[in-house]
Amino acid sequence: MVDLAQIWVYLARDPLAALTATLLAWMAGLRLAELCRWHPAANPVVFAVAILVALLLASGVEYRAYFEGAQFVHFLLGPATVALAVPLYRQWRHVRASAPAALLAVVSGGAVAAAVGVALGWAFGASPAVVASLAPRSVTTPVAMGIAEQIGGLPGLTATVVLASGVVGATLGPLVLNAARIRDWRARGLAMGTAAHGLGTARALSVNTAAGAFSGLGMGLNALATALLLPLVWRFFAG
Amino acid sequence: MIPGLAILLGCQLVGEVLARSLHMPVPGPVIGMALLFLGLLARDQLWPRAARPDPGTPGLGQVADALLGSLGLLFVPAGLGVVVYGPQLARSWAPLSLAIVVGTLLCIAFTGRVAQALMRRFG
Repeated sequence: MVDLAQIWVYLARDPLAALTATLLAWMAGLRLAELCRWHPAANPVVFAVAILVALLLASGVEYRAYFEGAQFVHFLLGPATVALAVPLYRQWRHVRASAPAALLAVVSGGAVAAAVGVALGWAFGASPAVVASLAPRSVTTPVAMGIAEQIGGLPGLTATVVLASGVVGATLGPLVLNAARIRDWRARGLAMGTAAHGLGTARALSVNTAAGAFSGLGMGLNALATALLLPLVWRFFAG
Repeated sequence: MIPGLAILLGCQLVGEVLARSLHMPVPGPVIGMALLFLGLLARDQLWPRAARPDPGTPGLGQVADALLGSLGLLFVPAGLGVVVYGPQLARSWAPLSLAIVVGTLLCIAFTGRVAQALMRRFG
């Protein structure tokens, strides 16, 4: 007689189940995105997260227990960020000529992202901690969490807000770029990376190699610029 | 493939150590990315014959392509954090969603416009 409770205890403790579920949900997400003919608004990350949230809620497994297992996937974000140097290196000949233009566009774009987020949050009566969590919204998760901590935000909330911004940018960004008649692949990539960090870059990489390289550049430059400037600007205004 | 992975992890490790020891506000992986990029450029300067469209280091290009090819997957575990912050998100959903949607899309349009205008003028 098989003891179901014992199997359940094993599954809940071992990373195997969480890892397998994550990969299967991702594959299902890719399949769904393919069924939608890779429309920009059909993002595989959103599908995969939705599937897993439903699974967690249905099975009553806590997020922390799930993350214990899924952290192996999460860990790869580090080396993947380092790996963004490779497409940048491959495209360096293109990038080099427009590096000053890119830097200027990224710094001004990053400032707009932070300012609009803070202004809207403040105008609609969010608490100071929530407003501070919104400020570093457009940069990649680990940087954003560090900045939020420095300026009095909630790092955990920031992580969620950052990911939501990434999803919004990756799904609706291409439509906005089309509407704004931005056809230069370099400018499109740069905008995606600046506003929607890794998720925007993932989208840009899957569409065009030059856009992917510029998106990685935008993400890296915005992370550097925001990490260096935002705490200073914040201290200046918050007194 | 393993040498490529070792290079990526090594750059990240050096980046993390630098960030912590120098109290830099920038996270280790971003410093690691800058280090790897500068390293590849330096190699091409020192050994011009090693310069290729692909980073010639054994397997580095392969590992990078494999990781970046499934970059979206790597965001899934953190994305589930939405469950934990559900109540907080629900409480201030209006400012949060407005700031996220309007802020992000404005930033994309603005950055794209500025970049396109500057690149047209300066190449």
